[in-house]
Amino acid sequence: MSGAFTKSMARNIFYGGTVFFFLLFLALSFDTHSQLPKRDMRANITPQIAEGKKLWEVNNCIGCHTLMGEGAYFAPELGNVIVRYGDEGVKAFIQSRPKEGIPGRRSMPQFNFTDEQLNAIVAFLKHVNSINDNNWPPNDQG
Amino acid sequence: MQYKSQAVAKPYFIAAIGLFVGQILFGLILGLQYVLGDFLFPAIPFNVARMVHTNLLIVWLLMGFMGGAYYMIPEESETELFSPKLALILFWTFLVAGALTIVGYLAVPYATLAELTGNNILETMGREFLEQPLPTKLGIVVVALGFLFNLTMTMLKGKKTAISMVLLIGLWGLAVFFLFSFYNPVNVVLDKFFWWWTVHLWVEGVWELILGSFLAFVLIKTTGVDREVIEKWLYVIVTLTLITGIIGTGHHYFWIGTPEYWQWWGSIFSALEPIPFFAMTVFAFNMVNRRRREHPNKAAVLWALGCGVMAFLGAGVWGFLHTLAPVNYYTHGSQITAAHGHMAFYGAYAMVNLMMISYAMPILRGRAANSNKSQVLEMWSFWLMTVAMVFITLFLTAAGILQVWLQRVSDAPLPFMVVQDKISLFYWMREWAGVVFLIGLILYIASFFVGGKEEKAA
Repeated sequence: MSGAFTKSMARNIFYGGTVFFFLLFLALSFDTHSQLPKRDMRANITPQIAEGKKLWEVNNCIGCHTLMGEGAYFAPELGNVIVRYGDEGVKAFIQSRPKEGIPGRRSMPQFNFTDEQLNAIVAFLKHVNSINDNNWPPNDQG
Repeated sequence: MQYKSQAVAKPYFIAAIGLFVGQILFGLILGLQYVLGDFLFPAIPFNVARMVHTNLLIVWLLMGFMGGAYYMIPEESETELFSPKLALILFWTFLVAGALTIVGYLAVPYATLAELTGNNILETMGREFLEQPLPTKLGIVVVALGFLFNLTMTMLKGKKTAISMVLLIGLWGLAVFFLFSFYNPVNVVLDKFFWWWTVHLWVEGVWELILGSFLAFVLIKTTGVDREVIEKWLYVIVTLTLITGIIGTGHHYFWIGTPEYWQWWGSIFSALEPIPFFAMTVFAFNMVNRRRREHPNKAAVLWALGCGVMAFLGAGVWGFLHTLAPVNYYTHGSQITAAHGHMAFYGAYAMVNLMMISYAMPILRGRAANSNKSQVLEMWSFWLMTVAMVFITLFLTAAGILQVWLQRVSDAPLPFMVVQDKISLFYWMREWAGVVFLIGLILYIASFFVGGKEEKAA
């Protein structure tokens, strides 16, 4: 690069550009937060849904599955699993996992959830399914 | 080496390589579980192996960053490190905390680990990459602050160069954005929104400053090109990084409940994210072509050039491949994402650490460069690991294209598991490429033990 463009000019552009774009990002984030209540269905969050989210976390479900497309890609998307299986189907699936797995197949652990816990998980998954996520995934298969 | 205290970098580098080996072994377990579903089940379920794989990656990269910074800052500041003792205490703290965390993942069910480690006090666990128990997260903060204190004090008493300023901004950013890992609201959309403030603003933001700074340092040392020229390049690169990467966070806000306008902001700005990586490649080749000296450490120069190219391909090209919202609608959360993740992390962050280690380790061991024999072996390991990673990425990309087609695009979309069975051939090929990667890594380690006629220290 020629002498006209000096190191101190480059430095000033770095600091100025960074600050400008970070502030722009903050402004967009601020606007997002004003719009989110209409989209994230926060008014519907019950203690049961909160409990379901906690169970989702402490059992590391995201270590195999995706939720709204984020997570691991070893097992199916669960943001819309309620659409595929229904409440009872989801519970029955989780309950029926063999402790030692299925020979030769990818297996989900048996978590020995209580009925109350299963209801909480379903409530959480139903809540996620109700979030306005711009119509993702493309179809019910996730 | 020029300053005695630079020696604290050595244990960091050794530990980084050790943890890297662990990461790759667990990667091979995961790859096998993709095709032999019940492999090691229920002893090590997939999610546990994956946590170990990704967390070891994060820990070894951080080890490498810290080692690199401890090596570089005294030389840039032209003064001894503020406290070499603190650096060593923090090293052992970080290593023990990291090891205990991995043992915890493997020894008890994750829910039990959460129970035992106080997740009920502050719920932060169970989110991708941020699975660490609360004490580990707090430990990371303590180590990061001690580390930054040490470096900042060193810089304050010495010379402040552009290279060390950029590094320090990157490292402070790393610490600050990690704090978002403690914020886990019940509202899953907000949870995901701020989760990216750690994850994205790390790897597509402040980590790139660390990368650029390391690259600039090694290029100055190995090419002898004027510092003014190299630092000007560095500023241009990190400017491009942050003006594209910060708003580029928006490419994660397409489908998680955030407003539609992020599809425009995220697509446009993240489509520009390859530019700083391209600039890095041009920078590395340009400086090496204009070199004013022949540095005896050819392997380090190879890593520097390779890092530029592979970061551009992995982070730049493979990132661009699925970053536009209309494309991402179909590829989001598929094997395409996995393909990109593998090559980007290897090309940008694994390779920059290997470059730093390659340059600094011989000097820490009292010579300017390793023997020719040792360097030849190291270059073999470079090519084996790099080519293996290219193939891992290509196979995962093929798997991803088929997955997207069969599961999301075709007229009769198939269920996830049916599709996984149909594309298992590509998972097998990925696993074999992984074995080649491991062979490359073994040769890499062997290269440290090859003797021969070594270049005397300068």
